[in-house]
Amino acid sequence: MAETTLQLTIVGAYMIVATAIGVVAYRLTERTAEDYYLASRTFGTVVLLFTTFATLLSAFTFFGGPNLVFSAGPEWILVMGLLDGIIFAILWYALGYKQWLVGQRHGYVTLGEMLGDRFGSRLLRGTVAAVSLFWLFPYVMLQQKGAGQAIVGLTDGAVPFWVGAGGITLFMILYVAVSGMRGVAWTDTLQGLVMLGLVWVAVAWILAAVGGPAAATERLGTSNPDFLALGGGLYTVEWMLSTAISIAFGVAMFPQINQRFFVARSQTVLKRTLALWPVLVVLLFVPAFMLGAWAAGLGVTVPENGNVIPAVLNEYTAGWFTAAVVAGAMAAMMSSSDSMLLSGASYLTRDIYRPFVRSEDTTADDEERERTAPAEQTDRREALIARAGVVVFATLSFVASLYAPGTLVQIGDTAFGGFAQLAFPVLVALYWAQTTRWGMYAGVGGSQLFYLATVFVPVVPGSYLGGWSASVVGMVLGLVLTVGVSLATSASPGEDATVYSVSSVESD
Amino acid sequence: MSDRPDEHRRRFELLAWATAALLLAALAIPWFLWQNSIVVAGLPLWLWWHVGWMGVASVVFWAFTRYGWGVGITGVQADG
Repeated sequence: MAETTLQLTIVGAYMIVATAIGVVAYRLTERTAEDYYLASRTFGTVVLLFTTFATLLSAFTFFGGPNLVFSAGPEWILVMGLLDGIIFAILWYALGYKQWLVGQRHGYVTLGEMLGDRFGSRLLRGTVAAVSLFWLFPYVMLQQKGAGQAIVGLTDGAVPFWVGAGGITLFMILYVAVSGMRGVAWTDTLQGLVMLGLVWVAVAWILAAVGGPAAATERLGTSNPDFLALGGGLYTVEWMLSTAISIAFGVAMFPQINQRFFVARSQTVLKRTLALWPVLVVLLFVPAFMLGAWAAGLGVTVPENGNVIPAVLNEYTAGWFTAAVVAGAMAAMMSSSDSMLLSGASYLTRDIYRPFVRSEDTTADDEERERTAPAEQTDRREALIARAGVVVFATLSFVASLYAPGTLVQIGDTAFGGFAQLAFPVLVALYWAQTTRWGMYAGVGGSQLFYLATVFVPVVPGSYLGGWSASVVGMVLGLVLTVGVSLATSASPGEDATVYSVSSVESD
Repeated sequence: MSDRPDEHRRRFELLAWATAALLLAALAIPWFLWQNSIVVAGLPLWLWWHVGWMGVASVVFWAFTRYGWGVGITGVQADG
C-alpha cells in the first residue's frame, strides 16, 4: 500500500509539473487564433522535432507496441521504423514542405482551409474536417484506455481503470483550455526528452539484472525460437507493408501532425528535423520494443488487459522507477491527446462552425459582419466553442474507452487507416493542377465510404489479394477516383489552381 | 516537353532523388534476411541491418536537404 501511495504521488506530481509548464506558456501567449493554434509559426528545430516526436509517442507506441512485440515478435520495430523513419520522413518533405509554402503564402491553419480555398468548396472543407474528427475520436480514446490500463497495472488493480482514464481526461481538458499550441509544444519537448531517457535507463537496468543483451536474447531464443527469425506468424510481407504504408500516410493526415506542417519558423527548421528524424526513431523504438521482446524470454506474466512494459519493470526494477516510467508515458499520452484535441478544436471552429453555422446566422459576408459585430466578440465566441468542443469530445471518448473492445494496436491501426484515406486526394490536389472539385469529392468520399464499410459492415472483407489491408486498398481507390473523376470533369466556378503554385516563390 | 538543358537537369534530379527515396523505403526491412535468425552481439542480424539502414537514411536526408531541397516543388536553389 505504501508503495502504491508513492507511485501515485510520482504520477500525480509529474502531471502537475507538466501542467504548470502549460500555464507558464499560456502567460506568454498572445490571445490570437494564430498564436493559440500555431504559436504564431515560430517553432525552432528542437521544439518542432520533439513536438512532432512526442505526438507520435503515444499509448500506441509506448504500450501497444511492446504488447504486440511481446506476443508476436520484435519485427514490429522494422514496421514502425519503415513507416516513421522513412515513409513519414519522405511525406514530411512531399506534403509538409509543400503545405508549409502554401500555408505561409495564404495563412492557412488547417488542412480543410487549404483544400476549401483551392477548390472553392465549403462542402469539401467541412467534409475533411468532419472525417478527421471522426477518426480522431478512437485515437483519443486509445490514450484514455492506455492511461486506465497503466494505472491498473501500476497499482495491481488497487486503483480502478476509470480513475486512470478519467484522470488523464481531466488533465487533458484543463491543459488544452488554458494553454494552446505553445504550451503543448513546450511540454512535448520535455516529454520527448524524459521518455527517451527513461526508456534507455529501463533497458540498462533490466539488462544489467539479467546479464546483458546476449543473455536476454538467448533466453528469448529458448522460449520463443520463432521470434528471432525475421517474419513468420503475424508478420507476412503483405501485412508488414500494408501496416507501414497505411499508418505512415495516416500519420501525415493526422490533424495534430498535419497542423505542424504549418508551424515551422523557416525552411532550415524543416530541413534539420528531416535529417534527425530516422535517428530519433531508432533511438526510441529499438529499446522500447526490445523490452517487450525480452520480457517474453524472461517469462514475465502480463495481467489480463494489462501492459507488458509496467509488468517487466515491476519485476526487474524498483517500484518508484516503474512509477516514473508510467508517469512519463501518461504525460506523453496527455500531450499527444492535447495536440489532438487542440487541432480537433481548430478544425471544429474554422472548418465547421465558421463556414456552416456562423455564416447562416446572418447573411452578411465576413467583412460586413466585422463592421456590425466587433471582432473581439466573435473571437471570444469561437474560443468558447473550441473549448466546449474539447470538453464534449474528451468526455465522450472517455465514456467510450470504458466499453470499447480491441487492443491498443487494433484501435490505433483502424484510426490511422481512416486518416490514410485522405492522403492521396490531398497529394494529387497539391501537385496536379488539373484536379477538380468533383475529383476531390469522389476521391475523399469514395475511399471513406469503402473504408468505413470494411470497418463496420461485417460482410465487407478487411483484407484483399492475399493479405493486403482494406486501408491500402481504399487508398488506391481514392487515388484512382480522384484522378479519374478529375479527368472526366472540368473545373467548376470558384476553383483556383494557382493557389498551390509555389514554383516561383522563394521563402525563407 | 522542353529541350532546355536546365529542364533536363531538373527531371534528372527529381528522378535521382525519387529513386533514392524508394530505395530507402524498400530496404528498411531486410527482405533478403527473411527467416534468418542469426544473432550478433545480442540482437538479431536483421535488426542490426535496420539500425544501420536508418543511419544511412539520416545521412541521405541530410544530403537531400543540402543538395536536393526544393526538387519537385520549387526547383533546387543554386546555393542549396
